[in-house]
Amino acid sequence: MGILSYFRSKKQTSATVAKERLQVLVAYERNQRNQPDYLPQMQQEILAVISRYVDIDVDDVQVNLDENCSILELNVTLPEHAKD
Amino acid sequence: MAEIIVVTSGKGGVGKTTSSAAIGTGLALRGHKTVLVDFDVGLRNLDLIMGCERRVVFDLVNVINNEATLNQALIRDKRTEGLYILPASQTRDKDALSHEGVERVLNELSEMFDYIVCDSPAGIEKGAQLALYFADTAIVVTNPEVSSVRDSDRILGVLQSKSRKAENGEHVKEHLLLTRYNPARVQAGEMLSVEDVQEILAIPLLGVVPESEAVLKASNQGQPVVLDSESDAGQAYMDAIGRFLGEEREHRFLEVQRKGLFSRVFGRKG
Repeated sequence: MGILSYFRSKKQTSATVAKERLQVLVAYERNQRNQPDYLPQMQQEILAVISRYVDIDVDDVQVNLDENCSILELNVTLPEHAKD
Repeated sequence: MAEIIVVTSGKGGVGKTTSSAAIGTGLALRGHKTVLVDFDVGLRNLDLIMGCERRVVFDLVNVINNEATLNQALIRDKRTEGLYILPASQTRDKDALSHEGVERVLNELSEMFDYIVCDSPAGIEKGAQLALYFADTAIVVTNPEVSSVRDSDRILGVLQSKSRKAENGEHVKEHLLLTRYNPARVQAGEMLSVEDVQEILAIPLLGVVPESEAVLKASNQGQPVVLDSESDAGQAYMDAIGRFLGEEREHRFLEVQRKGLFSRVFGRKG
């Protein structure tokens, strides 16, 4: 059985694929669940303001609130050259 | 005061009604006065699984609207002592349930029974939210399959934020009931294992019910599967009920049943 399971573990089964996909998804959705409802809208508006000055994409702005809603963390990845 | 148990899942078709019928009947078999309440207004099926579909006169919505008394609407199970069924309405929709109405009915039932088992509708809409709102305990029915696990996690989120317990700063007691488990497919790496699902959902395991021919046979006949005490599924549910009542029971049916030489040669069903 030991040798068998050694060979088996090398091959990724569909069940391990399912588990990995679920782990990522569930972690993401749990994180979203704790966020207040206004967060996506706020992210949109922050994005709108910044994009007036620099050329950025939705994915370049990350907004995170900690669990107690006491610290707002805003990460903006700016492009190398500012908008002309 | 009764303990209110909600049988919920988020996803449809995972075995909520089968499990509600089995758990309610099992609790009654163990000597606890139990009522099964169908919350699936518009799509009631608990009556059919319990085999009392022809005895439904009044339903939950009638009681909420004061068109019938609770005693008129409760159906006494003829097979199991101390077991009653409160059917859902088939003609109305989910909006017929009001928060105050459900609370009043549950309070009244609470005086009469030890356990109230609420069979939740699928989804996370009003009907499902009302079914779980008053719960002390939740039995989350999950299949070892991606969409079911995801939806179970979602319903756990609802339990932790939109239940009466949560609003009072308490916790609804959560139990995982894994159904339609196929050990052979798990061994072949084609199905999530019980450990996989437990690791993702991170709630205590109440039981694992194997995929079984006995379940369809039981619903065909309108008999809760626990009454088929020979069947693997029936035994798995009774084990789960034992654990629910605080007993130590080893998990069975997690491994592929090895066929003996005799049954292999003669092809007899194990």
